Amino acid sequence: MPKNPNVKKVMVIGSGPIVIGQAAEFDYAGTQACRSLKEEGVEVILVNSNPATIMTDKNIADKVYIEPLTVDVIKQIIEKEKPDSLLPNMGGQAGLNLGMELAESGFLDSHGVTLLGTTAETIRNAEGRQEFKDLMERIGEPCAPSLLVENIQDGVDFANKIGYPVVLRPAYTLGGSGGGIAHNLAELESILENGLRLSRVGQVLVERCISGWKEIEYEVMRDSAGNCITVCNMENIDPVGVHTGDSIVVAPSQTLSDKEYQMLRTSALNIINELKITGGCNVQFALHPTSFEYCVIEVNPRVSRSSALASKATGYPIAKVAAKIALGYTLDEIKNAITGKTYASFEPTLDYCVVKVPRLPFDKFITAKRTLTTQMKATGEVMSICTNFEGALMKALRSLEQHVDCLRSYDFTELTKEELIERLKIVDDQRIYVIAEALRKGVSYDEIHEITMVDHWFIDKLAILVEMEDALEKGPLTVDLLREAKRIEFPDTVISRLTGKSVEEIKKMRYDNGIVASYKMVDTCAAEFEAATPYYYSVYGGENEAIETNDRKKVLVLGSGPIRIGQGIEFDFCSVHATWAFAKAGYETIIVNNNPETVSTDFDIADKLYFEPLTAEDVENIVNIEKPDGAVVQFGGQTAIKLTEDLMKMGVPILGTKAEDVDAAEDRELFDEILEQTGIPRAAGGTVFTAEEAKEVANRLGYPVLVRPSYVLGGQGMQIAISDAEIEEFMAVINQYTQEHPILVDKYLMGKELEVDAVCDGTDILIPGIMEHIERTGVHSGDSISVYPAPTVSEKVKETIAEYSRRLAKALHVIGLINIQFISVGDEVYVIEVNPRSSRTVPYISKVTGIPIVDLASEVIMGKKIRDLGYEPGLQPAADYFAIKMPVFSFEKIRGAEISLGPEMKSTGECLGIAKTFNEALYKAFLGAGVDLPKYKQMIITVKDADKGEAIEIGRRFEKLGYTIYATRSTANALKEAGVNARKVNKIHQESPTVMDLLLGHKIDLVIDTPTQGRDKSRDGFLIRRTAIETGVNCLTSLDTANALLTSLENTDAKKLTLIDIAQI
Amino acid sequence: MKAFLILEDGTVFEGTHIGADKEIISEIVFNTSMAGYLEVLTDPSYAGQAVCMTYPLIGNYGICKEDMESNKPWPDGFIVRELSRIPSNFRSDITIQEFLEANDVPGIAGIDTRALTKILREKGTMNGCITTDEHYDLAALTEKMKAYTTGKVVEKVTCDQKYMCKGSETLEENGPISGSAVYTGEKEMRPSLVHELNGKGKKVALLDLGAKKNIARSLAQRGCDVTVYPALTTAEEIINDHPDGIMLSNGPGDPKECVSIIAEIKKLYDTDIPIFAICLGHQLMALATGADTFKMKYGHRGGNHPVKDLSTGRVYISSQNHGYVVDMDKLDPKVATPAFVNVNDGTCEGLSYTGKNIFTVQFHPEACPGPQDSGYLFDRFITMMEENANA
Repeated sequence: MPKNPNVKKVMVIGSGPIVIGQAAEFDYAGTQACRSLKEEGVEVILVNSNPATIMTDKNIADKVYIEPLTVDVIKQIIEKEKPDSLLPNMGGQAGLNLGMELAESGFLDSHGVTLLGTTAETIRNAEGRQEFKDLMERIGEPCAPSLLVENIQDGVDFANKIGYPVVLRPAYTLGGSGGGIAHNLAELESILENGLRLSRVGQVLVERCISGWKEIEYEVMRDSAGNCITVCNMENIDPVGVHTGDSIVVAPSQTLSDKEYQMLRTSALNIINELKITGGCNVQFALHPTSFEYCVIEVNPRVSRSSALASKATGYPIAKVAAKIALGYTLDEIKNAITGKTYASFEPTLDYCVVKVPRLPFDKFITAKRTLTTQMKATGEVMSICTNFEGALMKALRSLEQHVDCLRSYDFTELTKEELIERLKIVDDQRIYVIAEALRKGVSYDEIHEITMVDHWFIDKLAILVEMEDALEKGPLTVDLLREAKRIEFPDTVISRLTGKSVEEIKKMRYDNGIVASYKMVDTCAAEFEAATPYYYSVYGGENEAIETNDRKKVLVLGSGPIRIGQGIEFDFCSVHATWAFAKAGYETIIVNNNPETVSTDFDIADKLYFEPLTAEDVENIVNIEKPDGAVVQFGGQTAIKLTEDLMKMGVPILGTKAEDVDAAEDRELFDEILEQTGIPRAAGGTVFTAEEAKEVANRLGYPVLVRPSYVLGGQGMQIAISDAEIEEFMAVINQYTQEHPILVDKYLMGKELEVDAVCDGTDILIPGIMEHIERTGVHSGDSISVYPAPTVSEKVKETIAEYSRRLAKALHVIGLINIQFISVGDEVYVIEVNPRSSRTVPYISKVTGIPIVDLASEVIMGKKIRDLGYEPGLQPAADYFAIKMPVFSFEKIRGAEISLGPEMKSTGECLGIAKTFNEALYKAFLGAGVDLPKYKQMIITVKDADKGEAIEIGRRFEKLGYTIYATRSTANALKEAGVNARKVNKIHQESPTVMDLLLGHKIDLVIDTPTQGRDKSRDGFLIRRTAIETGVNCLTSLDTANALLTSLENTDAKKLTLIDIAQI
Repeated sequence: MKAFLILEDGTVFEGTHIGADKEIISEIVFNTSMAGYLEVLTDPSYAGQAVCMTYPLIGNYGICKEDMESNKPWPDGFIVRELSRIPSNFRSDITIQEFLEANDVPGIAGIDTRALTKILREKGTMNGCITTDEHYDLAALTEKMKAYTTGKVVEKVTCDQKYMCKGSETLEENGPISGSAVYTGEKEMRPSLVHELNGKGKKVALLDLGAKKNIARSLAQRGCDVTVYPALTTAEEIINDHPDGIMLSNGPGDPKECVSIIAEIKKLYDTDIPIFAICLGHQLMALATGADTFKMKYGHRGGNHPVKDLSTGRVYISSQNHGYVVDMDKLDPKVATPAFVNVNDGTCEGLSYTGKNIFTVQFHPEACPGPQDSGYLFDRFITMMEENANA
């Protein structure tokens, strides 16, 4: 069927801020879909509140609205833009839910908008628990016995009938929010209550626990003619019970015979046919490990994290094809872009094995529970490809950027065999390391399988890795042993550690014996057809298919690895834009990255893509083949920056700012020298290695002080210390890993935090604008609300910042991007830190100023001058609207995480509020972040003594808004004394009703709780904050944020929001 | 032990020896299925060939004997990247290594199967040798390799004498039903996946040209009583048994070698008994009625080829295993017209015979291994028999 001629103007809804369960994969899918639609001459209207995305670029869509994703806002945009169709299945659950609400309310019909891709009925059938179950029953597809309940009693009755444990799944939530496994009545009641509240429709499915079964997924495509294919199937190494997003996943399935494979494939096709899905769909199955019995777990009628993974694992661009299907094409009419010969109706076949490992945030949330459940906790993931499973796993581990590179990276040698057997019962992110240690201590495969339900085949693969470790350790290192170790992807560093030989010796032995990496293609067809745009992965042993090309200048762009807190999608934005800029200038571009969720790893972004870990050895292997003319490291965040020195050793020129200048910015003493020369003040401080030295510096400066490692991103390990004891605690955490660089101890200054991103060509500097943080210093810049243009600082401060930026960029010989953070105290400006590279705010500031700074930086790196590029150097005139970046957190997903804001970054994503006035922008920013108040007009305030003065003013303003204020004793007293009507509530350990009862009563809009110092988990404050988050109550830990929210609430009279098309800026 | 795969163009791959210890010369082909190595090994259509699996990890789920598509493996040799050290599946009986050894099939592991596949793709299917002799004589071997042909393999793979496969009895006889039906852990059939017994009472004559078990099973599952005949059975004998329909099976080798069988099939064509043919059967029917076949560069072997049903426009993913194909350019539309084409390369995937109750397909609706999407063709055949009976 040819393209539907009635589709001319399509609205695409994105997924909003990055949160756990909804990450970069939707930027990848949305971007691909938009490009696919534009290819067909369709006008694209894009809505997404997330400014860090590539999909919100003006060259991706025709009209771009970075507006809150609410029904009202979408309606307004539809009224303004009058699209003829809406594509709702590219923006994850958020986008799908919006599409559903608009369809169900009749709004789409009355405005002549057709829902493309999938009908509302289909979505209802797939997503509504009862509808889905009924449908499965009708076509005879088995589901686990289950009941949809709307109250706790029904759940309890049903659980008693089918027996514990039971699984609880709230309807219409993302990433399994609020779900879990209940083993007894108490657990059931607790999880069920929470789930009922989090569900968009107040329903939770209670079902038979199939925990321990094999978890198998199929990615299926269907067109409007009913043609179906499966793109890929995947097997979770962690059996049912761990969310697939938190599982180690392998593609294709490894332990299924053809009978099982086809049984489930046929079932997946039956389901997608019955649901009449047009586009992509993900079907999850639980397969009994010792019979053919299976259950359908769930169906996602949209692109998903799994579909992004399947796309990258196979080379089949699911989102692109889904967009074409939405326009009316059938699978046999859409060319497979990788082969150029086959069609989208050809099922990909793999001649390699793919392993995905989740990136979990427990390094950021050290108080959080590490256990893995049906609620997803991973912020991102890495993928790796190899011709053997062991190798793929080894590559994935070292891609994680988590100080792991082999199965010995977490040390369980202290545990006895018996202790290990106990430890195996804990399902957490360290399970494979525990299994490895259990194997070392002689626990049998059967025993391990019985406890973990991990398939024997995977246990055997871990055993092969353990055996190799032993062999290397025992020696001697023969050529054959080395060859075998490399075949299963032991990095030279690990071989060096195990054999006691140096990395150089190992490398020499490899080169002398011809043990070098070669590259194979991902081509969708297992080499059956020649490929036109393949991508590459490395293997040891075999023919090399990556051929060095020499016709153009060649640039290596290093990506940013997995999405984790502190290094998000922003760096992918930068990498992709830099790649495009270099390509435009005639360069051949090569991307190296390992994140399957991103746009940068799409097959047609760079001329060549290497899907590889970002370690020195892996990059060197690529360099040996490609011999690039230079590498850019300034766009890939810390992952890329840390490879600078290694690249130089390989003889690859670093394009842009020189490595020694990067060092100068990070090295305390060098940097102090530069500040001295340029006459720029900074907070006093010193560099240390040990806790003793740190205490000495801190006492010299006087507490509070900031403690942080150098060369990190996202304030990792950064803390404000107020005492010697805290210094000791923080230094211990930082020094868990060997620090190659000194630790910084600085006097903590209290003031306004300001930030610039700028482009410098060596002579001139271009500053698009100054951003001001709403939260005072001490809150990590990534967690602060950031306002452009800076609203409260004087012209003098702005001029000083522009001047200091110019001096710094020049002194550091910056060629390309620079990010500088300042503190202003009165009219005095101090430098906090300088990063001669791209930053988190780059996409945001580019979009709101309309100045494409990554493109400009790339041009500058290639030798152009700012003046040649049509820009007048210096601070650019401020825009005549306000743009506010609001951080978004995923605290509810991480049980036990401390939510209070501090110098270490905790947010997972961000959204933008943009409007003519500051107040409206602020309102939009809060709305975009999901803060939609007031609801019940009741709140709780509990602040530390130092904050009581400010809290009074805040209380007064909330009271004026009609809020009933509850407060703990001392806060209540302070409020009352100042004439603010506050109701006293008891602390948690006191008698009922306590503050906890109030929270659990679900009638509270907001909690303002400023934490006392220290990280004692049992403190009241911690419990209050956790309870607030886990019961879905907004919780603010900074009074500045509270003030901003008040300002927003006081100015929400303008119901009709103004809409701004970013593409016009 | 070291082993070598030597191709007739002089390419040598060095790997590790697996399976039985013997030297073989055979035609080297590749299969792109990711699962189903046992079904591939026991598909008689591979007789006279050595198969390379493009998926690198083979043997993961061991050998589940009930999944065998015939009584033994047929390929002369087996070529893999890596053989699993342990089998892991609740039904696994033995390891693949044990299976190959027990059935005298030699093989090679640890070679770059992708590089081999690319050679076959670029240069076309060619002959090769698997040996463990480190001092092989390349010149002598090359001469032998060049002289190798698969020959009249159909006669080797067909059954010795005719036998019955009754609809109701299949479950007990052949173990769990494969294909789209499954049995649950409790050994119960899942009702939804059991086919309607729409073929109940229908007598089907299946000409075994190297038939996979699942052809008979697919019919028996639908209630048909299937009589399986050896390949050299005369048309007369089959006709005299008065079947409601005739099924021509898959099989190995060059269709043009089957001169006498083609002559018998022409006689079957001349009756008005409904005929459904698969793979080799499809090619033989084409040859019997004046069409031509040719050898493809490297054939279609795998479980992911899209075929388009020209009568509905629908595309199905099919299981394929063929090196020869019917030449669509030389079809006489008065005799037969294309019914299915391959979406990728446009080659003939099925024919509909003008004025006849005959349709034939190049791919494998019986699956095993591979997708079950085109199983509906068996229902179409049953409908055809039904209509013919009522006519």
